[in-house]
Amino acid sequence: MLSRRNPQLNRHGELIHLLSIEGLPKAVLTQILDTAGTFLSVNDRDVKKVPLLRGKSVFNLFFENSTRTRTTFEIAAKRLSADVINLDIARSSTAKGESLLDTIANLSAMHADMFVVRHSESGAPYLIAEHCAPHVHVINAGDGRHAHPTQALLDMYTIRHFKGDFTPLTVAIVGDIVHSRVARSDIHALTTLGVPEIRAVGPKTLVPGDLREMGVRVCHDMAEGIRGADVIIMLRLQNERMSGAMLPSAGEFFKHFGLTADKLALAKPDAIVMHPGPINRGVEIDSSVADGTHSVILPQVTFGIAVRMAVMSTIAGNEA
Amino acid sequence: MSSPTTLNLDAEALYASLRGGVRSLLGGSPDVALVGIWSGGAWLAARLHADLGLTGEPGVISSALHRDDFSERGMAAGGGATKLPFAIDGQRILLIDDVLYTGRTIRAAINELYDFGRPASVALAVLVDRGGRELPIEPAFAAARIALAPAQRLSLARADDGRFSFAVEEEGN
Repeated sequence: MLSRRNPQLNRHGELIHLLSIEGLPKAVLTQILDTAGTFLSVNDRDVKKVPLLRGKSVFNLFFENSTRTRTTFEIAAKRLSADVINLDIARSSTAKGESLLDTIANLSAMHADMFVVRHSESGAPYLIAEHCAPHVHVINAGDGRHAHPTQALLDMYTIRHFKGDFTPLTVAIVGDIVHSRVARSDIHALTTLGVPEIRAVGPKTLVPGDLREMGVRVCHDMAEGIRGADVIIMLRLQNERMSGAMLPSAGEFFKHFGLTADKLALAKPDAIVMHPGPINRGVEIDSSVADGTHSVILPQVTFGIAVRMAVMSTIAGNEA
Repeated sequence: MSSPTTLNLDAEALYASLRGGVRSLLGGSPDVALVGIWSGGAWLAARLHADLGLTGEPGVISSALHRDDFSERGMAAGGGATKLPFAIDGQRILLIDDVLYTGRTIRAAINELYDFGRPASVALAVLVDRGGRELPIEPAFAAARIALAPAQRLSLARADDGRFSFAVEEEGN
């Protein structure tokens, strides 16, 4: 596997699928961020649409539910003039026993040009990218615990927008790191873009020490983790994790790792607070922080559309 | 690799001619806005705006989002961003560009302009018209008309002190 060419890039090193941040060169990430800047202004025009993907069909394949991510991909594709087909696939073919590759073969026969895939199994978008027709492009919209590359890119766009340069920054990622594909993709992106200090902050059950192998500083103490940080990325505490032995209770988690105004005061005075959403008020973040002056949670959503437009137009313009 | 060569085109002299042409196109009217096509046209529009003592700010327009060769060439890196610091509805617009060739960039720029509103009129002034039109687009003013082989690429450069020069690149060499 390792000796093979990165399946996301063509022989010229251009992006043809977006499956993971891991293995993408800095120049590719920077180009997407630059392109997103161009698309951001499209949202402010009288005509919020440009014709780059006119006549192309984008299929949203969400094997796992996510209203927000699916909606932002849909808006992004429509603002590029693509035709968008949303398949609530979790409740249709798969439930009838069709295999993933049979589903893809059928949708390809309907002349799909791009698949946006959310799947609970890590690697599912890779399998699709390997088996689809050469002209079809695949975007990973979150696979298992593996990766969520467009979320990472919109996080990078947000950081660059508010902080300018990545190289002097300290970024703290707080919460359930071990189960988070967002954290994994963010860590790869921050590393590639030259952030010198990345901290993974949370209890031992959710932030295991072997994360150090990814080059991050592991902190099991919240004060240590966010002291002097320029950027704090809070992760959603996934309720399904509560049932296991990983956490005593939501209240206990909030007491130690919930972001409150008191804890935020330990970060730099101009620190920004990010969250991929949906937020759990009073579980990982206090309302006063989520709605406060340091919060850039809603700009993240706006930037997410421009970043997804940039990803779609970039891969659609490159040939396999 | 392409090799830049200096063509016998005095960009500064042509700029002086363009400035005169634009001045007469404006005819002393304060209600025409200059919009430069990114990037060479935007440099020209900024300098014209200052030299002619116009008020406000000139606009900048990028053709990147309306290009007709997207399916062959993909997203161009560094295509610039449109910035129009005035309302387009009912506005008279004078587009400025450095080199007019096939007319496809102008077509894309006009489409881009219309995403912001319905202008009262759109005219075009350029530094060099090199012929070879593939669309029915004509400039109201061109400081020079020259003939170049299709493989030759003419581009405007701007020095640190703001002075202009032209470079010709031979494609495929």
